Amino acid sequence: MSELFSKKNKEAFLNPLGSNNPVTVQVLGICSALAVTAQLEPAIVMGISVTVIVAMANVIISLLRKTIPNRIRIIVQLVVVASLVTIVSEILKAFAYDVSVQLSVYIGLIITNCILMGRLEAFAMQNGPWESLLDGIGNGLGYAKILVIVAFFRELLGSGTLFGFNILNYDAVNNAGYINNGLMLMPPMALIIVACIIWWQRAHNKDLQEK
Amino acid sequence: MANNTKGLSTNSNTYTVIYAAVMVIIVAFLLSFVSSALKERQDNNKSLDVKKQILSSLNVNNVEDAQAEYEKYVKQVLNADGSVKESATTFDVLKESETPIIYQCDVNGETKYVFPLRGNGLWGAIGGYIAVNADESTCYGIFFRHDSETPGLGAEITTDKFKSQFVGKNIKRDGVLTSIAVLKKGTKAEGQDQVDAISGATLTCNGVNEMLSASLKKYDFLTKK
Repeated sequence: MSELFSKKNKEAFLNPLGSNNPVTVQVLGICSALAVTAQLEPAIVMGISVTVIVAMANVIISLLRKTIPNRIRIIVQLVVVASLVTIVSEILKAFAYDVSVQLSVYIGLIITNCILMGRLEAFAMQNGPWESLLDGIGNGLGYAKILVIVAFFRELLGSGTLFGFNILNYDAVNNAGYINNGLMLMPPMALIIVACIIWWQRAHNKDLQEK
Repeated sequence: MANNTKGLSTNSNTYTVIYAAVMVIIVAFLLSFVSSALKERQDNNKSLDVKKQILSSLNVNNVEDAQAEYEKYVKQVLNADGSVKESATTFDVLKESETPIIYQCDVNGETKYVFPLRGNGLWGAIGGYIAVNADESTCYGIFFRHDSETPGLGAEITTDKFKSQFVGKNIKRDGVLTSIAVLKKGTKAEGQDQVDAISGATLTCNGVNEMLSASLKKYDFLTKK
């Protein structure tokens, strides 16, 4: 057991959640962070889907890593990711139709999420299945964390709701001069919120500051 | 696949080609297997979803068993001219975009007609169902769906607040089909009933307006007489 949770493995799992976050530090997967974060619910489902797919793809590539011909390794990685995403999307359509309607095109766009290719190429090709699984889950959760933070602010300030429940849309609040900021629902504000998170993180973590 | 490595370098052309071929065959088999295994369930989900939408236009929401409720309310399927469509199956529900059909329903003994609607919003397709009373004019209920309208703006067309405005409005004036106009608050429509558009979502609301008038025109059932 001690080997399974060695210091290195813990780092593979925990670093992406903090000091090596895929979105705020490696600046990967930004496009989908803009697209699905106008409301909390799709952001959470997207975060979970990406976590599952990165973890599975990482394990598969890690198992195959010694057999994959070097010249077509990117193609092999892409095929694995694309088939996994297709299968997940088909399963969602069959067993969770409402969710698949809500995510519509974004589930297919997981294929183009740079976090997947980044982790496969940078980690799974060099490490064993167990480490790769931890790394995949860690990176997926790191991505989900940022999505949830961004979606929280966008939904609260843009629509005045959380998970669709009314929080700020009351006459008393509106009469006091507060109105929902429609700009929050537009993609540019997601970029600005992500930038604010990066700012906050860099201000608190000396290692990330450029000299 | 690991057996392939013996005797062949993973960098050789032969190995690469064989590896690619084997991989493609395995993946193709896997995907077609998943697809055909789940096909029936998916089609079933799709038609159940359509049925839920029709029921929602009849103000029947949060249904547990959409199939049973659908059978309870929808009595028969009509062609665009109002004649009864023989042997209507579940698949007609999915194909309604090609040939316009009308659902004749029965809510607590009163006849309602449900007309499918299709059009374009700002970013993508929008659609819905409008339920009309037996007088073929008064709106009884309405349902909207959209593919990709802006959340919080255009996407608000699916909310009860917007939809409830349509109830009681007339799609006909003096027996002539006029549709219902979706207009900015404060502007007056000439010769037709109107509802308020959502502020900030003008283009989506124009799409709803256009969809209503264009879709309803397709039904000879409404324009004849």
